[in-house]
Amino acid sequence: MTTLLPEAPPDGDPPLVQDRPRVVSPGFTTGDQVFRRGTTVIGVLVLVITGAIGLFLGYQSIPTLQRYGLGFFTENQWRPENDVIGISSTLLGTLQVALLALAMAFPLALGTALFITEYAPGRLRSGLVSLIDLMAAIPSIVWGLWGFFLIQPHAKNIARWLTEYAGWVPFFHVDTDPTAALWAQTRFTSSVFIASFPVAMMILPMACAVMRGVFAQAPAGEREAALALGGTQWGAIRTVVIPFGQGGIIGGTMLALGRALGETIAVVLIISPDFDLKVRPLEVGTETVSALIAGRFGEATSAQLSALLTAGFVLFLITLVVNTVAAIFVGRSRSGSATDL
Amino acid sequence: MTSTLDDVFGEAAVAEVPRGGSDLEALDVSAWFGSAKVLDRVSLRMEPATVTALIGPSGCGKSTFLRILNRMHETNPVAALAGEVLLDGDDIYSPTLRITSVRQRIGMVFQKPNPFPTLSIEDNVTAGLKLTGRRVSRSEKADLVEECLRRGGLWNEVKDRLGDLGGALSGGQQQRLCIARSLAVRPDVLLMDEPCSALDPTSTRRIEETIHELRDQVTIVIVTHNMQQAARVSQRCAFFLAEQGTPGVIVEAGDTAQVFGSPVDPRTSDYVNGRFG
Repeated sequence: MTTLLPEAPPDGDPPLVQDRPRVVSPGFTTGDQVFRRGTTVIGVLVLVITGAIGLFLGYQSIPTLQRYGLGFFTENQWRPENDVIGISSTLLGTLQVALLALAMAFPLALGTALFITEYAPGRLRSGLVSLIDLMAAIPSIVWGLWGFFLIQPHAKNIARWLTEYAGWVPFFHVDTDPTAALWAQTRFTSSVFIASFPVAMMILPMACAVMRGVFAQAPAGEREAALALGGTQWGAIRTVVIPFGQGGIIGGTMLALGRALGETIAVVLIISPDFDLKVRPLEVGTETVSALIAGRFGEATSAQLSALLTAGFVLFLITLVVNTVAAIFVGRSRSGSATDL
Repeated sequence: MTSTLDDVFGEAAVAEVPRGGSDLEALDVSAWFGSAKVLDRVSLRMEPATVTALIGPSGCGKSTFLRILNRMHETNPVAALAGEVLLDGDDIYSPTLRITSVRQRIGMVFQKPNPFPTLSIEDNVTAGLKLTGRRVSRSEKADLVEECLRRGGLWNEVKDRLGDLGGALSGGQQQRLCIARSLAVRPDVLLMDEPCSALDPTSTRRIEETIHELRDQVTIVIVTHNMQQAARVSQRCAFFLAEQGTPGVIVEAGDTAQVFGSPVDPRTSDYVNGRFG
């Protein structure tokens, strides 16, 4: 039997009764509602705490910014006793340590992540994953000691070698004679270069974990397609896995950068404070924002404390921007988002 | 038409490609996943210029068998196998043959269409060439793309939009694009793993027509759940069965007409007449 639709009203005549959406209750049970409210509160709490830190830092930096104005960002010296305060050299040092650490950690993280997801046999894979997670659990003071006692004695030789052969490039220059029979070893210690080692080791697990997560989601169908066409395993990685993981590679790297910018203890242990505005990573002396705060706040007066917190506020803002951009990139990795030949 | 392809690949690749594809023969092939044996000493000859259909209920090892034929089985880390697969008399698992050249000669179309979604239709067709490190000039590329899309039965639908993304096509078109992509590396054998199971009837018919047209050019082995399809497209047919707790075996193989019309084994008869599976 067939049911016929009621005849449509003639054109122009609206139906007598208009329908409108009815209210449907969501039907949460009590347990659901308790859980829902609980998680909402916790989620909001995290936002509030982060926001409060920002507000606190911002509020504390008002007096400093009023007093020094833009000079706070252009002055490179930090001599509160002479009323000279600025963070340009400190910001530059922070960036140098972070970027150099990133340059060391990036290839290691990328290679490790690819090895784990693509090549490592099952048992080795889980072993490696936990080993890398363990690296993240090592306290930063231990990494600092590692850098100071184990790396520095050897790294200063590398630094001297680099200066000897590439010293004509300003980046590798150190203000001393690297070829002297008794070369000035202390000119090559406590530098940006050496501080970057422990920082690189600390950010490697995070970058590696993000990349690994994205690579593991690379579409299996496309990977098989690349292999079945006669491609090598590297071909499949290059065509499918890496283009798909681009967002994760960039995002993981930037998250690591955010972490590197704020790393403190390991840097404090290694560097010797220096406020010269210079980009000579192999040469002794630099300063980073977090190391400055850690080194100075114990003996600071309230005005000096405000200045230190202002430096912290600037770092907070930079890190916030870096992490937000990173999150956008990581979120962009989606199935089939990219293939590249 | 073949002359275009010959130009593209140069002499080396043209050598010893018999018309109608290659002869593929599995000898006593067994397969395991971990400790579970899923195939037990399966032997089957797949002849040139012939479509061989592998039929049987789910989980009887047809797809595993198919993936053994072009060394895709071993991409699963817990997979193992025994036996030999002879491609024109050479064992594809022998260390003297490179795995990449085996897979170039024995192409595969998967159950779920898997074009590279962010490459253009054109680049999808030539993807295999780039993956295997072969360069083609622009004019050769255009010829090759047209030829492969024609052979894959997709040319008329996409000829005006070759730059569109592979992912923008419909499921059936994507599957035909995958067939064209496989043909571009000039395989001697084309394996198809339930190529129509994710497609609507119209797309299925187009693919079956394509299979029909390709039969003279390559050896085709197709796994299918659909017995009408097996009867329509294949000349030879092998019925796989894995009885309760035992690994899969070939119960019966022969001419499709005979397997469907007058099966020797009562189990084959039950299956092709729809009494189980």
